Amino acid sequence: MFEYAPAPESRSVVEIRSSYGLFINGEFVDPGDGGTFKSINPASEEVLAEIAEAGPADVDRAVRAARAAYEQVWGPMPGRDRAKYLYRIARIIQERSRELAVLESLDNGKPIKESRDVDLPLVAAHFFYYAGWADKLPYAGFGADPRPLGVAAQVIPWNFPLLMLAWKIAPALAAGNTVVLKPAETTPLTALLFAEICQQADLPPGVVNIVTGAGDTGRALVEHDGVDKVAFTGSTEVGRAIARSVAGTRKKLTLELGGKAANIVFDDAPVDQAVEGIVNGIFFNQGHVCCAGSRLLIQESVYEPVLESLKRRMARLRVGDPLDKNTDIGAINSAAQLDRIRELSDIGSAEGAERWSPECTLPERGFWFAPTIFTGVTQAHRIAREEIFGPVLSVLTFRTPAEAVEKANNTPYGLSAGIWTEKGSRILWMADRLRAGVVWANTFNKFDPTSPFGGYKESGYGREGGRHGLEAYLNV
Amino acid sequence: MTATTTSDRSDLSELGRSEATLRAFLHGLPGVDQVGAEQRAAQLGTRSIKTTAKAWAIDLAIRMVDLTTLEGADTPGKVRALSAKALRPDPADPSCPHVGAVCVYPSMVPYAAEVLRGSKVHLASVATAFPSGQAPLAVKTADTRAAVAAGADEIDMVINRGAFLSGRYKAVYDEIVEVKAACGDAHLKVILETGELATYDNVRRASWLAMLAGGDFIKTSTGKVPVAATPPVTLVMLEAVRDFRTATGRQVGVKPAGGIRTTKDAIKYLVMVNETVGADWLDPDWFRFGASTLLNDLLMQRTKLKTGTYSGPDYFTLD
Repeated sequence: MFEYAPAPESRSVVEIRSSYGLFINGEFVDPGDGGTFKSINPASEEVLAEIAEAGPADVDRAVRAARAAYEQVWGPMPGRDRAKYLYRIARIIQERSRELAVLESLDNGKPIKESRDVDLPLVAAHFFYYAGWADKLPYAGFGADPRPLGVAAQVIPWNFPLLMLAWKIAPALAAGNTVVLKPAETTPLTALLFAEICQQADLPPGVVNIVTGAGDTGRALVEHDGVDKVAFTGSTEVGRAIARSVAGTRKKLTLELGGKAANIVFDDAPVDQAVEGIVNGIFFNQGHVCCAGSRLLIQESVYEPVLESLKRRMARLRVGDPLDKNTDIGAINSAAQLDRIRELSDIGSAEGAERWSPECTLPERGFWFAPTIFTGVTQAHRIAREEIFGPVLSVLTFRTPAEAVEKANNTPYGLSAGIWTEKGSRILWMADRLRAGVVWANTFNKFDPTSPFGGYKESGYGREGGRHGLEAYLNV
Repeated sequence: MTATTTSDRSDLSELGRSEATLRAFLHGLPGVDQVGAEQRAAQLGTRSIKTTAKAWAIDLAIRMVDLTTLEGADTPGKVRALSAKALRPDPADPSCPHVGAVCVYPSMVPYAAEVLRGSKVHLASVATAFPSGQAPLAVKTADTRAAVAAGADEIDMVINRGAFLSGRYKAVYDEIVEVKAACGDAHLKVILETGELATYDNVRRASWLAMLAGGDFIKTSTGKVPVAATPPVTLVMLEAVRDFRTATGRQVGVKPAGGIRTTKDAIKYLVMVNETVGADWLDPDWFRFGASTLLNDLLMQRTKLKTGTYSGPDYFTLD
């Protein structure tokens, strides 16, 4: 047996302070009412740092700082100068990427190979990409002189903490807005390190403000009168509440919400790569991915061999210490999320689907869930309809391309879909009919800053990334 | 899992009887998505193999080396020296294992055989008008028989790429069958020369063709064309031997050859074997490296792990 010895990434590359204040107007400040909460390492339940909890007065202070910076510095600044700051931030992120990757894995639980090879390169790429747009906005297709919106309130989730920050902050700043961003309460640390990077880059005070806290902080932020734009990524439930609170105001809104994507495997698929794509589609980032391919649709004629290959491949997945360079699946982000995954999985079993996981030993401390598939799932099962947001795959079958489209679209969500076939014409035929914001062909979970990303139906509205992503931050 | 419709051994043995059935079978294999295969191979290359795992992998890799010299300038002296090195790769350390085999041209087989006789190091010879394979079949089989008669117990043959690329699969198949017969008890490694096959679909088809015709090993390259073994090509071949065993019950070995020079590269291949086909192939009987310079890097890294210091290349023999 080829046993891989432990290969842990050193955690000494990043210095975590014992406590963090709020980042307002270019400096770290204590919250008005002194409230704090703790951020823990989900792989060990060890407390990483004490984090300030922003109350309404703190949020107000942050929004005012952002407003002042917008009116006096960032708004009037020529695009080419804004670009210099963004390029500088992008370069610092690259220089400090190892530090950021380790911190992301510690705080989030994702394997270091993903934070190192996926998250951080994409974060830097996003800043580089939008830095390039900052002085070219007249050529983006939104008129000769598109104007920024003002102050953007941004609330981001815990699954890709720094990457979602980049998706939000880079286009906002490139377009000339200033931002107040609230990271998720379980994963605030990389956002706070990003605040230090803003200081290092000499970004003018108030252009980026980071307020930490939970749902109440987020509500205070999106409901604040001084905000011109709200951008939210997270659950459909919270998205609905935000849409209601923003309705009737001048605020512009973009929402990127849940998903229940179909990953469709035809009988002429390149099987070995399709199996990789299935695994990547649902087990990447522990399945904490809004666009995860959580519904596998296999053409009945190849159902058994594909399933057999999938199980064989799953048996090779390495679950464990997120900082080990050979770990494929890390920790579930929080106890609450683990409960939800367990609850929905139990419902799957109770509703009669057959549950299977490869043999794997899970660590005793921390939040863990073995990679799991359910077979014998039908459209009527709750695990085929509700977003589980964990390493749990529901396997369904279909007979014809039309049936595949029908089943794939039969969901309130519409964020992404995957097609596996060697037939180019079928890919185009399917992509025309799938009601999903992203359709991947013979690949899955591929991201690029130049490509717009966003949902149909209850997966939200507005697009992030690419030229389209600028529109959300311009007065057009 | 590939041969989903032909899981019966007798079905597969019928395939070589006609050009049409052979073609239908090979073209019915699932395609290989180039981007996906290359991505998977690259991902496997990021595994971090340290300390005890590295020591284990280095010793295994040494045992898997087909220590090779295939030059026009080869002489009995050169081949004797190489064979001696195969037996005792690191004269300073008796715990160092011997290599898997020595690989030489047929004319050099007698000199290697003198040295290797009585040892467990195999003696491989490239036959069949290596490396081009452009000779009449009678010459190829005579070449093979001569090598076996001189003492080779493994034959590395080249397939007829011209026939393969022009779609004459039966011609390729028949040649392999003939050479296999000429081998007698010697093991047959079939060199696909993947650098000339160009696509992964072709690599998969050629792999199956070689296995169907009776090859005991499939090997990537001669080392004589610009593109030799690559991780994605080896991945596709490993998937083929895995699927072939599922379909027929017969296990076939894999030998990447050419361009593998460092311990780091060798370990990446072992990781790929481990995670694609598993422990059954992690053995010199089922996986080999065709290489010449790789061995010294393995020895240097081995010494480094044991002693904690790098010794210069002068401490390792050059043959």
